[in-house]
Amino acid sequence: MSELLIDNISMRFDLPNGGHVQALKDVNLTLKTGELMSVLGPSGCGKTTLLRMIAGFESVTSGAIFLYGDEIEALPPDKRPVNTVFQNYALFPHMTVAENIGFGLKMLGWSGSDINTRVAEMIGLVKLSAFAARRPAQLSGGQQQRVALARAMAPQPKVLLLDEPLSALDLKLRQEMREELKSLQRETGITFIFVTHDQEEALSMSDRIAVMSAGAVQQIGTPEDIYEHPVNRFVADFIGDINLLEVVAEAVDGPDVTCRVGDARMTATAAQPVSAGQNGWLAIRPERVALLDAPDQNSLPATLQGTVYLGTDTQALADIGGGSMLRTRMQNSLDGAARPKSGAAVHLSIAPGVARFLVD
Amino acid sequence: MAAGIGGRTVSSTFMPARLWLLLPSWLVIGFFLLLPVALMAVYSFLTKEFRGGVIWDFTLAAYDQFLFDRGLFGDDPPTIQWTYITIFARSILQAAVATVLCLLIGFPTAWYIATRPAHTRSIWLFLVTVPYWVNLLIRTMSMKFLIRENGPLNEGLLAIGIIDTPLEIINTDLAVQLGLFYSYLPFMVLPIYAAVERYNFALSEAAADLYASRWIILRRIVIPVVMPGIVAGCILVFVPSLGAFLAPDLLGGAKNFMIGSLIEEQFKGQAGNWPFGAAASMILLSMVLIVLFFYARNQAKEQV
Repeated sequence: MSELLIDNISMRFDLPNGGHVQALKDVNLTLKTGELMSVLGPSGCGKTTLLRMIAGFESVTSGAIFLYGDEIEALPPDKRPVNTVFQNYALFPHMTVAENIGFGLKMLGWSGSDINTRVAEMIGLVKLSAFAARRPAQLSGGQQQRVALARAMAPQPKVLLLDEPLSALDLKLRQEMREELKSLQRETGITFIFVTHDQEEALSMSDRIAVMSAGAVQQIGTPEDIYEHPVNRFVADFIGDINLLEVVAEAVDGPDVTCRVGDARMTATAAQPVSAGQNGWLAIRPERVALLDAPDQNSLPATLQGTVYLGTDTQALADIGGGSMLRTRMQNSLDGAARPKSGAAVHLSIAPGVARFLVD
Repeated sequence: MAAGIGGRTVSSTFMPARLWLLLPSWLVIGFFLLLPVALMAVYSFLTKEFRGGVIWDFTLAAYDQFLFDRGLFGDDPPTIQWTYITIFARSILQAAVATVLCLLIGFPTAWYIATRPAHTRSIWLFLVTVPYWVNLLIRTMSMKFLIRENGPLNEGLLAIGIIDTPLEIINTDLAVQLGLFYSYLPFMVLPIYAAVERYNFALSEAAADLYASRWIILRRIVIPVVMPGIVAGCILVFVPSLGAFLAPDLLGGAKNFMIGSLIEEQFKGQAGNWPFGAAASMILLSMVLIVLFFYARNQAKEQV
């Protein structure tokens, strides 16, 4: 059975001026037990609203939420067996670390000795044993983050909701905490829903990612899926770096779409069924384009307009004629000899399956 | 205010400039605040001059008169003088009831204002302070007219048939408490408002998320977190209520004498006993200071 089922949720609220905002529209999500799913999107895309709705802080306009088959969308937050790690932690300032972690257990009516055992276990799990008697204000950001985690996991929720839990930490700590979160999740087997606007975070941690924009889920898939096979222009553009060229489908043969790019023709894979004559975008990842001195069967001629040294990579801008430009990216070698020069005439080789034809 | 105890320390490099800039404040506080109090402290140990004034002759007579009864001619063995102690006890009780009244009304008021949209809060705060643009004496007099036997309150209640005979509010403890409540309510509302406005409502959400009911959130999270504002409000209401004399005089009548009236009487009224008034003030002041001392020590402990 699915752990959490979000069934066609919509949410709109009215504005004082008579208009309304559609915060979520027709969102469907199914979470498997023990899965770590990221909800990724730019700010204002509705990802936090979705999370708050699962927690019970926002009410749904239509649709239903099921947790292990029980419908929960009408329950108040204190009646839902899910817990939240808040963006700025929301630790209780007047309680010690141990009291913070034990709060949920106390509310559930656990006995004092059971609470102590569980709190000690959680404090050990997040490596804060030396800080049990401190107040949140006496802890660093990373330590507060761990307290928030331990507090939310102590009641052993079925689903843990994390609202940008790493965004308040500095880069180094953020990278460490990613690993730690992931291993905590594996150890405890709790299902995580992880809201973030940081694609690197989402790609590195998630079993699956739900990409959201404008209140709707754009694509759900594994990190590889989302990166390599984006279903629409938004997902392609939002995740990683990509060339998007506006093209017309000239001929369609199953998933293969032939279109004119610059002075040449190219075959791309369509993300969804298209018909000849349809407008769309050709999406090509810069690092999938190879720079060749001589043409091969997949190459187009181009002139390099400029190169940028980026440490690990060199990025080059190539003019492919017809006013179109393609960015390419290749790893730098130790001697730097192979680095392309601006103004050079080259051949861009794009292997079959690299280019995708996206309708919107 | 009270919550500021144990604030930040400033780098010692800036100390000289800081001292110079604070000098005017120190002079004003020293000259107009500490000096008069010190003068009162000295007066309380002097001998009274008939009908006001003092004779520079050191004695403990004023404190003795406050605490002990030595009979009509002052030569009986001393027994405890209950008259003034009773007045003090009654004053403390009246001030405490007024403080609780202010808290019960002030907390929801402050909460309501602090949870309004930002641009309407200042309007509400202004409305709370509007009556205070009118002199305290006038406000207390209007309260007297409002609650007297044939005042609008009784007339109104009689007219709509809730009561058959006028309520006797004027010249009772309740009248004094109402007067004190009305006089000092904003002193309760404003500090609590400031605390609630700073309150992070994500804490309430976190508690609800951890299975706390609304009542428990209020009791275990909200009240402890805004406690500095509540304590500050209680001190700001309790202390002036304790020494108030307008409300007790005008609303409470002769039998509801409070400390403030007792002291006022010694300086302005028939009694004309300056050292005794000064001694009563000193006893009142030391009681307040003891309470504040324990509060400050508690605050310092909380802030570790």
